[in-house]
Amino acid sequence: MNTALRNLTTGAIRVTAELALTAGFVLLLFAFYLLVWSNQRTAAAQDDLLSDFRSQSEDADGATSKARPGPGDGVAVMHIPRLGDDWEWVVVEGTEDSDLRNGPGRFTDSAMPGKMGNFALAGHRATHGEPFAHVDRLEDGDQIVVETAKEWLVYQVAWSRIVAPTATEVIAPVAGHPGQKPTQRTMTLVTCHPRWGSTERLVIGSQLVERRSAAAGPPDGIL
Amino acid sequence: MYAALWRLLPGPPWLKVAEALVLLVMVSAVLLTWVFPVVEPHLPFDRIIIGEG
Repeated sequence: MNTALRNLTTGAIRVTAELALTAGFVLLLFAFYLLVWSNQRTAAAQDDLLSDFRSQSEDADGATSKARPGPGDGVAVMHIPRLGDDWEWVVVEGTEDSDLRNGPGRFTDSAMPGKMGNFALAGHRATHGEPFAHVDRLEDGDQIVVETAKEWLVYQVAWSRIVAPTATEVIAPVAGHPGQKPTQRTMTLVTCHPRWGSTERLVIGSQLVERRSAAAGPPDGIL
Repeated sequence: MYAALWRLLPGPPWLKVAEALVLLVMVSAVLLTWVFPVVEPHLPFDRIIIGEG
C-alpha cells in the first residue's frame, strides 16, 4: 500500500516534470522563432523581392506602365536616411499576415505611390525583419524616399501620432478626414505601439515634396 | 514518457542519442515552419493593422 502510493507520487512528479520541460523547450523555440528565425525569413524574402523589383524596373525603361501588382508583389522600394544609409525595404502589395511577413505592405484600398491621395503602409515594428522598428525616431521634416519603377518620390514627414487600433481615418485618402476628396499626395506609415505590444498604433504622416524620373538618378542623400 | 521513448529507440546508447537528436530537430522544424506561423497572429503582440482592432 505504501509502496503503491510512493510509485504513484513519483510517477506524477515525473510526468509533471517532463511536461514542464517540454513546455520550456517549446517556449524557448518560440522565442528563437520570433527573434531570429522570422527575421531571417524576411531578409531572404526581401532579397528576392529586391532583385525582382530591379529587373522589373529595367523592363519598365521605355515601356509603358505595368499592370497593377498582385498580392505580395513588390510595389516600391523605400529609403529612410534618418534610420541609416542602408535602410532599404521593398514595399509589398497587401496587408495580410503573409504579405507583412515579407516586408511593409500597402493597404490595398489606399493610393499607389505618388498618386493623388494617401499611400498607406503597415510594417512590423518587432519580429519579421522589424522594418519599422525605429520609425519613432523620425522627426518632422525628415525625408522618406520611395523608388518606383519609373520615378523617385520624396516625401517629408509632417506629423506623427499614437492612435487606437480602430482609427481607420489615418489611412483615409485625406489622412484624418475620411470621406473628403484628396487634393494632396501623402504617405502614411502604420506600425504597432508600444514596440512589442498591440494596444495602440504609431502613425507617421508625410507629404510628397519632390518627384523626379528614374533616369534623373536618386535624390541627394540616397546611394 | 521520455523514458518510454528511450526504450523504444533501437540500437546502442550512442545511436539512441543520435536518434533522439534527429527527432528533436524534426519536431523543431515542424514547429518553426507550420505551427508558430499559424499561432503567432493570435497572440497579442506586434499587431500592426489598423481597423481590425
